[in-house]
Amino acid sequence: MSYPGMTDLKLKEQTIFERSRPGREGFSLPEEDLSSAEKLLPENFKRKELDLPELSEIDVVRHYTRLSTYNFSIDHGFYPLGSCTMKYNPKINEKMARMSGFANLHPEAPEDTAQGTLKMMYEMQNMLSEIGGFAATTLNPSAGAHGEYVGLGIIRSYFDKIGDTKRKKIIIPDSAHGTNPASCTLNGFEVVLLESNEKGKVCVDCLKSMLNDEIAGIMLTNPNTLGVFESDIIEITKAVHDAGALVYGDGANMNAILGVARPGDMGIDVLHYNLHKTFSTPHGGGGPGAGPVGVCEKLVDFLPDPLVVKDGDKYAFRNLPDSMGRVRAFYGNMGVTLRAFVYLLEYGRDHIAEIAENAVLNANYIKACLKDIYHLKYKSDTLHEVVFDDSNLENGVTTMDLAKALIDRGFHPPTVYFPLIVPGAIMIEPTETESKETLDSFIEAMRNIYETAKSDPQNILKAPLNTAVSRPDETLAARKPVLTYCKEGD
Amino acid sequence: MSNYNVPSELRYSENHEWVRSLGGNKYRVGLSDYAAQHIGDVTFVELPEVGSEVDKESVECVVETVKSSEDIYNQISGTVSAVNDSLEDNSEVVNSDCYGDGWLYEITADGDEDFNSLMTAEEYEKYLAEMED
Amino acid sequence: MRYLPITEREKKEMLEKIGVSSIKELFAPVPGEIMLKEKLNLPESKSEMEIEHYMSDLAKKNTGSEMLSFLGGGAYRHYSPSVVDQLLLRGEFFTAYTPYQPEVSQGTLQTIFEFQTMMANLFKMDVANASMYDGSTAAAEAVLMAAKINKKRTKVVIASTMHPQYIETVKTYTGFLVDEIVLMEMDPDTGKTDEKELSKIDDSTICVLFQYPNYFGAIEDCDLISAKAKEQGALVIPVIAEGTSLGILKAPGEFDADIAVGEGQAFGLPLHFGGPGLGIFTCKEKYVRKMPGRLVGKTLDRNGNECFVLTLSAREQHIKREKATSNICTNQGLMATAASMYLAAMGKEGLKKVALMNLKRASYLKDNIEAKTNCKTAFSGHIYNEFAILSPKDGEETLNALKKEGVLGGIPVKKYYPELSSMIIVNTTEIHSYKDIDRFVSILAKVTGGES
Repeated sequence: MSYPGMTDLKLKEQTIFERSRPGREGFSLPEEDLSSAEKLLPENFKRKELDLPELSEIDVVRHYTRLSTYNFSIDHGFYPLGSCTMKYNPKINEKMARMSGFANLHPEAPEDTAQGTLKMMYEMQNMLSEIGGFAATTLNPSAGAHGEYVGLGIIRSYFDKIGDTKRKKIIIPDSAHGTNPASCTLNGFEVVLLESNEKGKVCVDCLKSMLNDEIAGIMLTNPNTLGVFESDIIEITKAVHDAGALVYGDGANMNAILGVARPGDMGIDVLHYNLHKTFSTPHGGGGPGAGPVGVCEKLVDFLPDPLVVKDGDKYAFRNLPDSMGRVRAFYGNMGVTLRAFVYLLEYGRDHIAEIAENAVLNANYIKACLKDIYHLKYKSDTLHEVVFDDSNLENGVTTMDLAKALIDRGFHPPTVYFPLIVPGAIMIEPTETESKETLDSFIEAMRNIYETAKSDPQNILKAPLNTAVSRPDETLAARKPVLTYCKEGD
Repeated sequence: MSNYNVPSELRYSENHEWVRSLGGNKYRVGLSDYAAQHIGDVTFVELPEVGSEVDKESVECVVETVKSSEDIYNQISGTVSAVNDSLEDNSEVVNSDCYGDGWLYEITADGDEDFNSLMTAEEYEKYLAEMED
Repeated sequence: MRYLPITEREKKEMLEKIGVSSIKELFAPVPGEIMLKEKLNLPESKSEMEIEHYMSDLAKKNTGSEMLSFLGGGAYRHYSPSVVDQLLLRGEFFTAYTPYQPEVSQGTLQTIFEFQTMMANLFKMDVANASMYDGSTAAAEAVLMAAKINKKRTKVVIASTMHPQYIETVKTYTGFLVDEIVLMEMDPDTGKTDEKELSKIDDSTICVLFQYPNYFGAIEDCDLISAKAKEQGALVIPVIAEGTSLGILKAPGEFDADIAVGEGQAFGLPLHFGGPGLGIFTCKEKYVRKMPGRLVGKTLDRNGNECFVLTLSAREQHIKREKATSNICTNQGLMATAASMYLAAMGKEGLKKVALMNLKRASYLKDNIEAKTNCKTAFSGHIYNEFAILSPKDGEETLNALKKEGVLGGIPVKKYYPELSSMIIVNTTEIHSYKDIDRFVSILAKVTGGES
């Protein structure tokens, strides 16, 4: 076997609360008599007890080091989680973000003492606008879903401003991320579902028949969640505009077209980027992300507070006249933005297109090497990801079993059971940062699982065999939720 | 004949709810065997408030599994007169005893039109057979 | 390009396998008219050394990061034990994603489970989620959740002493969904919410939102606000913008809060110009199924081993879609991890000690400003590590004069409340030595014409 396989260094680790011993400490603070401070507050302002673990420094180090070994990460190996763009996270990003000048800058520092970060923000706004083909970009949103919220808020504010208040509906294709409809509801919009056609794309005639003066816009992911580029995009955006509505772009799949084509040029009016997907910032076990939003000229005035502008040779914050308002405290996840900025500095104008080119090459290579055995519900050409399903797997082996068997073979599983329009979906996004031998070994593992499902299905159904835990009981977890640690007997 | 248990004394909706007449315009509501077998392991049931007024086709109850959240469309307009509190600690009976201990809530209606408009067991069996084809 | 391992030769082999002659062909579905004809107008590609030069030049322009600073107002600089950042740099934590596959994510899952426990214990609430974006969005989502619980009510009451940016954020999120957002005004003597204003809470009130210590540094009378809200059937939602204050202050659960939220940046996380922070979200157990965000629960695997898994997902957007409580997906996982490491290292003694050091320094600074400068303390309410002063002239002028001496003396309140033009909010934490504080006082005395 040439795939990595999996053997663990499995040191068992209890919870941090069980490691605690009264009297241990893991901090180093100046010696100081604090008895007077105890008297500064009346008793009814103070808490009765403080329940936190007590550990020495080595306990803390061992605890988290052991826990870290239970995780699979990009630094370990191939992580083809479709729609999540798990590309390599450059180490220089971390080094730069930790420079004291950036890390220790207070958000209320006067603008003239924060010119470095303000300049970075200004340049980042401009770079993202250029990449997306937009007039302006806000860095405020803290994640992709927050970006969606903001983008739709801009649309809502726009229609409020022009007095077209009948427009309360947003069209969303059935292949969309769950965040799309949820973001609509949060903005008071009603969702109208648009079914995908047999090619896995937007049916343009269906869309046209749905457009009327109650539609505020459509939310599109392009390429969509099947990895299929909506090649009728110009016709789509024109039809939507002709009906007086706007086009929202979900930038989750920007990695497919980065430096090759621009959403703004396709007629998309507002789009959120995911810096933690396309622009290499670490996913951190679930954030922090950042979801900047780019807009076309007529939506600029509705951007949330504040934007960075250049005034002579100084950089400053400015609130826009018709702003949708403030969407969080301060200015966004600048620590994340800075990492993405460093990433863009390294690629620059000369290499940026190679990102999409290699991402699309890798995904199509995997598709070419597996399509003879794995079923493709939609046969359309795809860009940066490919969605197979489990209908060719034999002996009752499902997508879930395949995912677990990949773990035994040393890979993080792809995204599974999404998009919803492909039953048993296996959504593979390799990204551009993987080598051919990594792809080949993943392909070999996928082929091996297919064969093993035929010859020795138990091997797959029992997977994963080499991990510390195997197939947790999710029903039990949901029926009798245990969400905090309780001491025995509590 | 379908592969599902369809008690003859109950009425059914297209969304696979059953309704039992308790007499005096009182009705009890639950999920049919078909629903119980297809929905997955029920982990939680959000029940309506006793005393609240409910319309036909309104969503008063949500049944959750690990991977889904299913709206239950109310079939009888009226007032909620009881809910099955035991589901709070024992939601699995919606799967295991859907016509008995797994009932959801009871309604007191103004009349019997809503009840009479639902499918009879015979009609529901036919409906299931067509669906399975 | 060091991040792109595919060689030209491999590219050819791969294209051959795919059955096309060039990468360009793979982009055939993209209409030619929208394919970029020229390179994007971006800076030229830079090498690692060039990037370091460029970034350090930028960092040097952030002179504020190196000055003696007394800025607070929702972002606080605290001591963080070195272990925190060292452990955080483990790629196993920071280059993993949301723990969708529990078998290969037990590290993240257990860490988050422990984080939830630490937050629940610190807030004295039943449950905490895996985190929100920041304190302000946690507050906004708390109001949205309260509106779902108290769905027949129409009004949201907020103490005007809450961080102005939090108030703005809550308004943006909820302004068009609820009928009315009412502010309770401040008592100009104490700096706390005016008791008389509590009458704005009535039987149409969904929830009452207030921050303690509040934006002006004063610790609100939580018992009183809570009692009044309970009397009217409104949900009590306290907001904690300075996490370390809970090392000493009464916890939300101790005055029967229903939902309690906060900002965890103070748990040793870097300032980073205001983000990423850490939104904390806690509530009573009975409301857990209406809670936004991810939750980790304990369960058993198929071999009977205890383990952790994402749970109660039926609340979330990927299942509920347009009916979800919230649209949140990615949260602040790594920040929650960092805060957990911080709290593990500090422990109960460390956090209490930090809280006392903050209290003592703030009291010392306040007394010295009163005694030695021409500034006055603005309010009489009890404080934690922050308080408002009145400068003899315009607050911003005073701050500019301090800045010339290398000191960032505080936040000009005028920025948010133009009528409070002479007011400055001053913060101090354990990172200040008494010498630092003395230096600040003597410069403040100098620029305001007091004793120096």
